[in-house]
Amino acid sequence: MTGTIDHTVINLTVFVLAVFVGYHVVWTVTPALHTPLMSVTNAISSVIVVGAILAAGAQTMGAGSVIGAVAVGLVAINTFGGFLVSQRMLEMFKKKDGGQKSSGHK
Amino acid sequence: MTANQVALSYLVASVLFILSLKGLSHPLTARRGNLFGMIGMAIAILTTFAVTGRWEIALGALAVGGFIGYIVAKRVEMTQMPELVAAMHSLVGLAAVLIAIAVVQNPTAFGLEFPIPAGNRIELFIGTFVGAITFSGSVIAFGKLAGLGKYSRLFSSAPVVFKGQHLVNLVLALVMVGFGIMFFGADPADQWLPFGAMTAIAFVLGLLIIIPIGGADMPVVISMLNSYSGWAAAGIGFSLNNSMLIIAGSLVGSSGAILSYIMCHAMNRSFFSVILGGFGASEGAIAVSGEQKTVKSGSPDDVAFLLSNADTVIIVPGYGLAVGRAQHATKEMAAKLTAKGITVRYAIHPVAGRMPGHMNVLLAEAEVPYDQVFEMEDINSDFGTCDVAFVLGANDVVNPLAEVKGSAIYGMPILEAHKARTVIVNKRSMAAGYAGVDNPLFYMDRTMMVFGDAKKVVEDIVKAL
Repeated sequence: MTGTIDHTVINLTVFVLAVFVGYHVVWTVTPALHTPLMSVTNAISSVIVVGAILAAGAQTMGAGSVIGAVAVGLVAINTFGGFLVSQRMLEMFKKKDGGQKSSGHK
Repeated sequence: MTANQVALSYLVASVLFILSLKGLSHPLTARRGNLFGMIGMAIAILTTFAVTGRWEIALGALAVGGFIGYIVAKRVEMTQMPELVAAMHSLVGLAAVLIAIAVVQNPTAFGLEFPIPAGNRIELFIGTFVGAITFSGSVIAFGKLAGLGKYSRLFSSAPVVFKGQHLVNLVLALVMVGFGIMFFGADPADQWLPFGAMTAIAFVLGLLIIIPIGGADMPVVISMLNSYSGWAAAGIGFSLNNSMLIIAGSLVGSSGAILSYIMCHAMNRSFFSVILGGFGASEGAIAVSGEQKTVKSGSPDDVAFLLSNADTVIIVPGYGLAVGRAQHATKEMAAKLTAKGITVRYAIHPVAGRMPGHMNVLLAEAEVPYDQVFEMEDINSDFGTCDVAFVLGANDVVNPLAEVKGSAIYGMPILEAHKARTVIVNKRSMAAGYAGVDNPLFYMDRTMMVFGDAKKVVEDIVKAL
């Protein structure tokens, strides 16, 4: 065996393992929180903003950096909006837990 | 920062993302999980700012987008969550395409060689077309959810079908792959034509995949697009050799896939027909048998009487309740009944709302106590001993035909409302449900129908109680 490992192979390794982790973690999510799950995963997938930041910050200013800046702006809506709306929803579930403890409370 | 330091902080962010999903296993840990997600995102963004040469433009764009996101998150109504999520999926998809264009234009900005290595080209191709499909598909889904059907037939909540749809999709997909192969072999000088053509076809494909899907199938569509947006992010991660993007994208992709599976199972559909798109178009055509059966119908006053004489009531909220925005009135009704010493519980079918878990959020917003809300598996055995099952705007999910071999919906998991001593059903009319199957529940001797808009009916019941 000679040579270095190709990037694609390393990427694939990470990918397969991450899918396994995702599969097992997501099945533990309670069905009651499936909507917040979707908004949180939405926010998480907006991590591609790092790609957009790299594009926007290219050493040579050009079409690529303009496109990158547009992408940053678009995804930032998700990054902030996704987490904040999840937080808003989860706060509603928090109140319910309070009600659970003092049962009979209306 | 050295490359190793960057990779390590990306690793920390990745772990935080996993923990944030893990937190959602219980409402008590969910907020902490969400916080983990935010911290992870902050680490990822700050690290990237630290390595990039000029960060001012990106920071400005981030501030603008972040402000819009903040406003949207503050203002959105919980009934509009499906639209919001669809819109956000489209943004991820579009951003994936834009980033891919930037990579093709200037690979060195991303630390890639020029010309782009072969492996990264394939990955770029995959990331781009998945992103493009996610974008246009989500735009259509958004239009259908937001009821934009009056502006364009593309957004019609009724399925848009034409002859040879699947063949067209298949041919387009093959042509797209053909351009992908061209892009793979192209010189940097003439790579734009195949890249552009393939992206354009992917946009059209995304549109074609979603237009034949009817409004009632939206829970599956949203989950599916959620999954696609994750795979698009992972695809970009592959092209940039960025493990964090791959991990985050895979988490989202598998999450969406699992949600799609759960939704499909709950709607008795096959996973593959959904992934391939164009499902659920023809089933609605099954004719409801013409024979006249009689139903007993009553007024809200009758319902109030029945409810106040019960000991245990199970409310089955459905799509109709979400459409009618009757959740606050329902909560008020339940509170009045509880005050009379009646046990009130809610039974939630997985596809009760317009997206997975939507009904839970709507009830939570109406401040329905969390311990009154039960999932299907947890409450089904209790219908047999309950006095009144009150079905509010649900139909197929309580259709006992699902237990009859040979019926069109045989095998679909249902809430066994028909086992209750008395069944009250609120519906707007006697029209068949989405599956086009008549519902014997409505004709049972123990069933009383109360027709009308869910919100109005429940408000009248509250007055009568």
